[in-house]
Amino acid sequence: MTSVLYDVPGPKARLYSLIGSAAGILIILGVLAIAVTTLAQQGIFDADRWEIFYGPMAPDVWNLIGQGILSTLAAAAVAAIIAFPLGIALCLLRISLIPWIRIPTQVVLEFLRGMPVVLMMLFVLLVFATGQFQAVVVGLVLYNAAIFAEILRAGIQSLPKGQREAGLAIGLRSFQSRMSIEFPQAVRRMLPSLVAQLVVLLKDTSLGYIVGYEELLRKIQIMADFLGPDFLFPAFFVGAAIYILINLTVSRIAIMIERRGSKKAAGGVAAPSLRTGLMVGGNDPIAKDSVEGPDKK
Amino acid sequence: MDAVIASLPEYWDGFLRTLYLSVISGIIALIVGTLLAAMRVSPVAALRGFSMFYVEVARNTPLTIIFFFAAIVLPRLGVKFEQFEVAAIIALSSYTAAFIAEAVRSGVNSVPVGQAEAARSIGMTFTQVLGFIVLPQAVRTVVPPLINILIALVKNSSVAGAFFVLELFGYGRQLSNDYGNQVLWILLGVAFFYLLITVPLGLLAHFVERKVAIAR
Repeated sequence: MTSVLYDVPGPKARLYSLIGSAAGILIILGVLAIAVTTLAQQGIFDADRWEIFYGPMAPDVWNLIGQGILSTLAAAAVAAIIAFPLGIALCLLRISLIPWIRIPTQVVLEFLRGMPVVLMMLFVLLVFATGQFQAVVVGLVLYNAAIFAEILRAGIQSLPKGQREAGLAIGLRSFQSRMSIEFPQAVRRMLPSLVAQLVVLLKDTSLGYIVGYEELLRKIQIMADFLGPDFLFPAFFVGAAIYILINLTVSRIAIMIERRGSKKAAGGVAAPSLRTGLMVGGNDPIAKDSVEGPDKK
Repeated sequence: MDAVIASLPEYWDGFLRTLYLSVISGIIALIVGTLLAAMRVSPVAALRGFSMFYVEVARNTPLTIIFFFAAIVLPRLGVKFEQFEVAAIIALSSYTAAFIAEAVRSGVNSVPVGQAEAARSIGMTFTQVLGFIVLPQAVRTVVPPLINILIALVKNSSVAGAFFVLELFGYGRQLSNDYGNQVLWILLGVAFFYLLITVPLGLLAHFVERKVAIAR
């Protein structure tokens, strides 16, 4: 697409583009330089500020950070493991043929999706007086199960009608057809969105900070409070970098899965317009946009 | 229940502040996001690179971290805000802009190549192609996901409640401290006000998706 928007650049245009690039880089570098000098004036780059990461304190500091990473990952893993089957169950209820089951489920799903995750965590924490870990996990499970259910539903609806009809025609019950014909295809089709949602889940564990769960960010703050305000920036910098690195890695994996998935169309059926980015998924932009759709042009 | 009724003024104040945060950050994010998307398809390599880098990093950073940076780290570095709302708006709009950029970009990609080719062949420039041909068509595919992003923005604004801004979630925390025995109702009240924004927006997205979106 991009290349169609303008002529293949000739020598003159290439020169302009080069000048533009250089100017752009200069501007970005300039802004960075201003930021860095301002920071440097406050002594952010003094070696003693960063000593916590390699000096005598280092083992304790890294230990604390390690604990933070572990609790972040633990909450994400537990939540994902519970949320996925629950999502399948909710999806089954949501597409049930019986209105008495379908409609209440729809209402519940709308409710869960329209709610901030933090609010659910706080709700569980205060109303059921659980520990922070349980609150974080339950909040994440409720929200993500609803999103998983919607993603799977979109997947099932994107299947050609003939799949279900064929299943019923060879004598399968409705439920059997759902489980052995439609679900496997839906899961494969929606794998990119599902993995993208896992990234969201991982990101959302940081909301545990707000309800007092001692995940990475909270540990960083505890550390900064303990060591003094001078160390807030270094501690935060390292913590944020770790968070971003973990998320970037998982996102990369998601994109790889999507690339592979879009090559072989799920189940041998013509692939749907795999714009994972757009129509499918729940209320959450992240659910839908965090994996790039295959560039068609 | 009576705790909810007694604290209706707080709820209303929080509701308005949530709306305020969402609307202001939404507008900023829409502008910045569209700019980022335009940079992403522009001929200048540095702009493309910058936009790609920004979107990639912002989408992979938890919102809480961005808030932490804006509300706690920035003031320590000497950037002082009059109100914490400013920090919240900075955090929310810089986070949401990345998602909007992605949505707009995939909308641009969904416009058939022939459209741009035709525009190019009658001699339009890059700006003209984008402004008169591609973006107006992209908008139609982009509107439903954009509304979904705005819904998420409303929900995300709840994080501001944990960083010294008294919006719905902030009041929710405060009120559940004040009325320790009626936490259930207090929080359900907060939930109700969130649904008051998100459910109509969701319906709107659904409606627009069916009305405006064109099947390609």
